[in-house]
Amino acid sequence: MRLLEANGLALVRGGRLLFERLDLSLEAGDGLRLTGPNGAGKSSLIRLIAGLLRPSAGWIERAEAALADEALALDRELPLGDALAFWDGPRLGEAMTAFDLDRLAAVPVRMLSAGQAKRARLARVMASGAPLWLLDEPINGLDSDGAARLEAAIAGHRTAGGAVVAASHAALSGAWRTLELGR
Amino acid sequence: MTGRLIMREVRRGLSGAAWLPMAFFLIVAAIVPFAIGPDAQLLGRIGGGALWIAALTAALLPIERLVEPDRADGLLDQLALGGTSEEAVAGAKIAGHWLTFGPLLLIAAVPGSVLVGIDGAALARLLVALAIGTPALAALAVAVAALTAGLPRAGALAGLLLLPLAVPLLIFGAAASGVAAGGALQLEAAAALIMVAGAPFVAGAAIRAART
Repeated sequence: MRLLEANGLALVRGGRLLFERLDLSLEAGDGLRLTGPNGAGKSSLIRLIAGLLRPSAGWIERAEAALADEALALDRELPLGDALAFWDGPRLGEAMTAFDLDRLAAVPVRMLSAGQAKRARLARVMASGAPLWLLDEPINGLDSDGAARLEAAIAGHRTAGGAVVAASHAALSGAWRTLELGR
Repeated sequence: MTGRLIMREVRRGLSGAAWLPMAFFLIVAAIVPFAIGPDAQLLGRIGGGALWIAALTAALLPIERLVEPDRADGLLDQLALGGTSEEAVAGAKIAGHWLTFGPLLLIAAVPGSVLVGIDGAALARLLVALAIGTPALAALAVAVAALTAGLPRAGALAGLLLLPLAVPLLIFGAAASGVAAGGALQLEAAAALIMVAGAPFVAGAAIRAART
């Protein structure tokens, strides 16, 4: 099953051409890792796939997607469990266990450490049940336990027929196609 | 999702600064007699208009917390990804904002009317006019908040944008609160309807435009 198909993508931001004539195709189980120097357009490509930016040329079709980027998008004053529940993910309980957040469910979001907040963002992606995951620097800020949990979650998702696009400087375990931007 | 968004707006409004516009409204109402002098007849004549100006300025206070925090925190992006249209988000924000703004303002208008010396039938007319006008003020506040989200000095800019847009509401609302009978209230309702109907589309387009 095709989860992402893009043809002839080009993106101009701030008067600068980030990439052009970019074709993407992701089937169920695929993983695509975006690399490239800072400012090469990795995050912009992820936002483009998410539908938050419009391509300057080309087109994209995709399945339902979930995004984890640098923004937290959780209400600071709420306990983590309630804040995540706002997003009404069908797999919330499973996702909180997968990222070891159960013991933090009653802790207000503003008290979370950077790494715990990162786990919460990834848990929201997993909880959404969306077949296409868009992860912007998912490893950053995670400790070794968190990174292992992330890789297990990604592997499980791909085995279950999902696909992942991850912008990451660090290598991720498993088989990934690599797209280097900014060359 | 829209229902949960409305609940969230109400919760955040009530746990935050929902009482601020109300207090501001009352303070403006309280300083009107100081500026005009203790002439009860004069005060009674201009009292309705003065309270409308107070309501308009009070509507400016919450603007900065309506859209910008959610934009900066990625909430609007996540909602779009989840399939909620920007117009629906804006509509939910208008409804949620009004719930924490409109009723409180109407309550504040009762002691406010005492401060400027209007009562009886005039007070009833004022309350009806405000009840019709506050949804439009809430809609304008959300639209202007979306238009200025992420801009430097957004607060001052929002005031410059909102006050002229609210002029039709002020004209007909103040007229309907005063002695003028008949037409003014219908015209105020028509102006309010246009604002409430149009604001979600303005705010939705502004939220989308802010992403690029």
